[in-house]
Amino acid sequence: MVNHVTHAESAAGGADPAVHLVPLRVYLAVFTALMVLTALTVWAATVDLGPFNTVVALGIACTKAVLVVLFFMHVRYSTTLTWAVVAGGFFWLLLLLLMTLSDYVTRGPGWLHFG
Amino acid sequence: MSGTHADEPSVLQHHFDNLGQQFEASTLGMWLFLVTEILFFGGLFTAYMVYRMAYPEAFAEASHHLNIVLGGANTAVLIGSSLTMAMAVYAAQRGQRERQVVFLVLTMVLGMVFLGVKSVEYSHKFAEGLIPGPNFRFEGDAIHSQLFFSLYFVMTGLHALHMIIGIGIMAVLTMMAWKGRYTARYHTPVEVSGLYWHFVDIVWIFLFPLLYLIDRHGAVR
Repeated sequence: MVNHVTHAESAAGGADPAVHLVPLRVYLAVFTALMVLTALTVWAATVDLGPFNTVVALGIACTKAVLVVLFFMHVRYSTTLTWAVVAGGFFWLLLLLLMTLSDYVTRGPGWLHFG
Repeated sequence: MSGTHADEPSVLQHHFDNLGQQFEASTLGMWLFLVTEILFFGGLFTAYMVYRMAYPEAFAEASHHLNIVLGGANTAVLIGSSLTMAMAVYAAQRGQRERQVVFLVLTMVLGMVFLGVKSVEYSHKFAEGLIPGPNFRFEGDAIHSQLFFSLYFVMTGLHALHMIIGIGIMAVLTMMAWKGRYTARYHTPVEVSGLYWHFVDIVWIFLFPLLYLIDRHGAVR
């Protein structure tokens, strides 16, 4: 029980919780990466990259979110069903953003005016 | 193996075959709730995206009134709280009662530090007259910068509400952990609450750059 042994397979037949014991160094590495990426995104905001400032900021934020989801939230060690639910959630978010965008950006000039 | 553990009958609900199945069902259920949360905050992010595209100058001007130092420090605090939360789960998985309690308390403390800094930021906004409404004062596009601050207060406010609920959950967990309710074999509530806490962290990971950072380089000011 001491080291990182996956019980996911045995869970179906056995009684052990399907818990993957993540080693401490993984948590510390993820934490360090998140802090470095935070510093990086603050620094990147001071450089004028034109429209790419948003792209860089969102790219860094997505990287951080993926790290949290995979390691802190243990999705990397979860079952395929959990993977599908998580991926489905983010896919629906993408649909929401993209379909809303595809509407507004194709309305032509003066597309949004509330006074 | 299952019959050898005396604690099992009390923690295993009768409708599950074993603890592994029960754990899977609980984490999956929490993820389904988090998916609804993704779309709940997603709607606000979508509104922010649309209005920012409609009034880029007003949004850039308005975002210059946010404090990057406080926002950045809070980001670090929240990432730290995610680490202590992960460590609480780590301790629970290994049946370490005292460590579990220590890390849960640390998570709560960091959560409160975040809320404290947030309240300082809010009070600055009050003092500067940046609260949307009849007393809104803003040099420049006062109408559309109000949209920015409306979204800022709704998004960070709902995020803070999630933090407050999270701290409440942590308080209950800490009490239960103190009583020794969570063991290496059964610690599902710690894991599931951890998922919620990390999710709230992820929301801030997007709020911070979108509200504070992306317009700072701009030619506006």
